[in-house]
Amino acid sequence: MDNSPPLKVEVRNFNFYYGSNHALKDINLPIYENRITAIIGPSGCGKTTLLRSLNRMHDLYPGNRYEGEIILYPDKVNIVSKEVDPIMIRMRIGMVFQKPNPFPKSIYENVAYGLRLKGIKKRSLLDEKVEQALKGAALWEEVRDRLGESAYSLSGGQQQRLCIARAIAPEPEVLLFDEPTSALDPISTSKIEELVVNLKERLTIVIVTHNMQQAARISDYTAFMYMGKLVEFGATEKIFTKPDNQLTEDYITGRFG
Amino acid sequence: MGNEERLKRVILKRKVVNVIMLSLSFLTALYGLIWLFWILIDVVVNGISFLSLDLFLKDPTPPGIEGGGLKHAFIGHFIITGLATLIGVPIGIGAGIFFAEYGRHSRIVKSFRNITDVIVSFPSIVVGTLVYALMVKPAGHFMGISGSVALALLMIPVIAITTDEILKLVPNSLREAGYALGAQRWQVIKDISLSAGKRGILTGVILGVARITGETAPLLFTAFNNNFTTFNPTEPMASLTVTIFQYAMGPYEEWHGQAWASAMILTFGTLLFFILAKVVVHSTRKL
Repeated sequence: MDNSPPLKVEVRNFNFYYGSNHALKDINLPIYENRITAIIGPSGCGKTTLLRSLNRMHDLYPGNRYEGEIILYPDKVNIVSKEVDPIMIRMRIGMVFQKPNPFPKSIYENVAYGLRLKGIKKRSLLDEKVEQALKGAALWEEVRDRLGESAYSLSGGQQQRLCIARAIAPEPEVLLFDEPTSALDPISTSKIEELVVNLKERLTIVIVTHNMQQAARISDYTAFMYMGKLVEFGATEKIFTKPDNQLTEDYITGRFG
Repeated sequence: MGNEERLKRVILKRKVVNVIMLSLSFLTALYGLIWLFWILIDVVVNGISFLSLDLFLKDPTPPGIEGGGLKHAFIGHFIITGLATLIGVPIGIGAGIFFAEYGRHSRIVKSFRNITDVIVSFPSIVVGTLVYALMVKPAGHFMGISGSVALALLMIPVIAITTDEILKLVPNSLREAGYALGAQRWQVIKDISLSAGKRGILTGVILGVARITGETAPLLFTAFNNNFTTFNPTEPMASLTVTIFQYAMGPYEEWHGQAWASAMILTFGTLLFFILAKVVVHSTRKL
């Protein structure tokens, strides 16, 4: 592992509790810079819970508790520390959700929202960054003449790409994807997959997916989780060809899950 | 063959039930509409002959003397309900936001909301006596503004509950998307929840205003009445509803006629307000 790329995020001895429910147990996971890390596992294994810990989404609801550390490089901030402002974390770590969830605003305003939150007011700068983000999300050609229209006038796949544009506009360092294609048709799915692969040049990506072929197609590293534990982590090629753990093998060969 | 026969009978039975249920619901709708149109026609038939410019432009004359109008009541009514709206709308929307956005997981807020539910069905005359005790008694005289306060109290729970219900319909995934971009809670409420729910909230405001424009009871102990035009809300103030009540109870033909005419104006005014508000709500951009 000497030639592995630099770390971007490191999950160390991490535990998570929903009230008294011990949902994540002693997770240790490296996430490498400018790589795609896929988290796979059967329903209820805790993969989404882990993902939502990375940008402190659990803080929005009462009764949740983090234990251990999640270190964000290069400045080695502990993401889950109580002293760290979740707003700061969320400005550095963006998220794309399972179902497309554009705001009830225009296409332009959807993308501009994160920029406005960062205090950017100058129209010319906003215009430029919105265009960049839409190009980055491979949506610009389709929407350039209708930026003022409602985001809901777009198709489901376009809406999801708009959500990606919205997430990348403020230029986060890490982008989290929570099963981003589970609500989409195959053509939209392959567009999004292509997009995710292109995005890793600019940022670090963590993607939760139910779809093992998807993980195999696009990710560099794969983490397999089962019942709140991280069972195995490694290069995607290795996980999908000769995993060390019997449980991993059973899962990727479709014997359970 | 027997099977097909049975199927035909089942389908026929469903068709018959369908026709019966449709006619019943049509009749219930008709029942409501008949009374509505009866009221509309009745106020027009009785009021239209007393409708004149003087009704709006002149103060009342002493009984027995021809002419005069109800300018004082029109102006008073407008001021009282206008002030009530100014007081009630922000507080009502604020309370609704508090219930839906800040109080989501709090038990105390939940009980607040239940209390608000109860207050909606409070008898309006009780609200009037409450304001009498709190404002009129200490001040020593009736005031237009205390009428506004009483009406605002009636309006607040209606708006609060509609706002709460509408905001609860805003999908949580939208809020999460806002938070995930690094928005603070107030920013999520302002930019996402309220923006998604604005049409519904506007409808709540309309319902609230409609709730109070026809109220008489809460004004009896608060704004009371006045035979002269006043623009000063710290004085007793006339309103259309109280004046209609007073005139209808009075012994003079002229009074009865003016009461009918005012009832007509009030009814059609409310109707017009409703239609206008609906048009405004529909023309706000649906994004």
